[in-house]
Amino acid sequence: MDTTQLGHNVPLTERAYRIRRNAVLMGEVQGQGYIGQALDIADVLAVSYFHAMRYRQEDPHWEGRDRFLLSNGHYAIALYAALIEAGIVPAEELETYGSDDSRLPMSGMAAYTPGMEMSGGSLGLGLSIAVGIALGLKRKASDNRVYTLFSDGELDEGSVWEAIMSAAHYKLDNLIGIVDVNNQQADGPSTQVMAFEPLVDKLEAFGWFVQRVDGNDMDVVVAAFDAARDHPEPKPRMIVCDTKMGKGVPFLEAREKNHFIRVDAHEWKLALDALDAGRTA
Amino acid sequence: MSTATASAATTASAAAKPRLKTSAMIASIAGEGQRTKPAPFGHALVELAKARPEIVGLTADLAKYTDLHIFAQANPDRFYQMGMAEQLLMGAASGLAHEGFMPFVTTYAVFASRRAYDFVHQTIAEENRNVKIACALPGLTSGYGPSHQAAEDLALMRAMPNMVVIDPCDAHEIEQAVPAMAAHQGPVYMRLLRGNVPLVLDEYDYTFELGKAKRLRDGADVLVISSGIMTMRALEVAKALEADKVGVAVLHVPTIKPLDTETILAEAGRSGRMVVVAENHTVIGGLGEAVAGTLLRAGVVPSAFRQIGLPDEFLKAGALPTLHDLYGISTDAMVTSIKGWL
Repeated sequence: MDTTQLGHNVPLTERAYRIRRNAVLMGEVQGQGYIGQALDIADVLAVSYFHAMRYRQEDPHWEGRDRFLLSNGHYAIALYAALIEAGIVPAEELETYGSDDSRLPMSGMAAYTPGMEMSGGSLGLGLSIAVGIALGLKRKASDNRVYTLFSDGELDEGSVWEAIMSAAHYKLDNLIGIVDVNNQQADGPSTQVMAFEPLVDKLEAFGWFVQRVDGNDMDVVVAAFDAARDHPEPKPRMIVCDTKMGKGVPFLEAREKNHFIRVDAHEWKLALDALDAGRTA
Repeated sequence: MSTATASAATTASAAAKPRLKTSAMIASIAGEGQRTKPAPFGHALVELAKARPEIVGLTADLAKYTDLHIFAQANPDRFYQMGMAEQLLMGAASGLAHEGFMPFVTTYAVFASRRAYDFVHQTIAEENRNVKIACALPGLTSGYGPSHQAAEDLALMRAMPNMVVIDPCDAHEIEQAVPAMAAHQGPVYMRLLRGNVPLVLDEYDYTFELGKAKRLRDGADVLVISSGIMTMRALEVAKALEADKVGVAVLHVPTIKPLDTETILAEAGRSGRMVVVAENHTVIGGLGEAVAGTLLRAGVVPSAFRQIGLPDEFLKAGALPTLHDLYGISTDAMVTSIKGWL
């Protein structure tokens, strides 16, 4: 089905709830994972897959699709949760997450998963590939867009800035970057690992159209995606999303070391209960 | 980036004057009086691109020094200048291949193999993208010092799954290798000889075939297995040793991976010949060790096995002929070595 006809009767907040729920259920399979990131980015993924992007759930390679690149491959659990909700990955595969022979390995790889456009894992690759895809789409006179999700930690990688510079040079108005600023990377808060602020000023100085939004406020995320799509200048577009690690599950939000979360057996039920509570609130 | 202070001055100088000693980045690999052909890669790519609209060219601020400027001039709308950014260069090539195009990417061999290795590995090879990487200054073809001497590129590239690795000998071979690269679906790394490139193999009824080793001449005493410019040297060595009644066979192996093990085993299995592998590369992890492994795995033991190649050390800066003598890969040095081993 073309997403232009996809059930818009389902509110985006409900989509985000289901994406979070899928991610927690997958986390439970392995007892651990990048759950905090999945919860923080669920709203952005809901907007991407149920508001912004064109795709066909039964044909992940449909030429007319918008491309979604997951540069931060360790967020795979979040993308799988969205791909399951979008019907691109069958729901019954959820329980195979991270298992032998699964199409859903713990780090995202293109050859494994329908709807996965690139292999991440090594950080800072996505925007460079996106530049090539955006150039390729223009060569084909395609009006499709390439969305690329990457993390604030990836701003440490020089290749990200190479890509940022070149996207402006080539006026890639079909490239929409999304930075997840959750201020959390492997060794601690991103801002302490390597200072990257003022990010908006830097990106604007590099020639991008930049918006900074609360990535967990559905209405402003929708507006930002719309503005990124409709912006008239021939510039690449960046949406800087400030997000909350563990969003929707208060005891995970409060956890100090939440880059890679291990959750005790009884806590998965608590996490699902917390999501349910937020859903009905 | 320094300019090319090529040793063109040497050609005009009187014979009495000593050869110009230069450690220039771009030094000619052609011997004095040797036949050459200009920019064979650039012209072959232009020719191929006429029939293949999906071909695009990308470089990282080295179009003029990789002969890609010939393509860029002929097809300005199909050329992407990515700036001095090799990671981006490889990632963007992957993205263009993702959209169905066939990128030909150029830079220097050191930058593709060392600086952008992870990007070649992850964005191109791991996803088996149809990207062709052509890299100038392979092995010891620059006197500029270790920053520009790609002594390890074959070892790095052949260790990478999915990657096809080519080390062509001359202009004739490059012209044929370019369409062969395009005919192969998947990533290819080719060592690129640029500028005025020697012309040798057209005299040997030779045709490049991807994955095939070819015997260029036969001989009863020594079998030289070689790739790249070392095949040119091996042929000169064979002629020189003819005078001493030493028969030297030359097996040219332009495809380092996949290796033509069948032909190598057939030639090396002929009894009584010393096997010498000659490569413009460190003796670690290149053609020599690939051949040695092939022979050992098959239980083929020649009467003697020797390697001619670059030592496991950071190479000196200096004039190329000086360095080739120093490291034993000049024709004269090879003659001396082989005579000593006989």
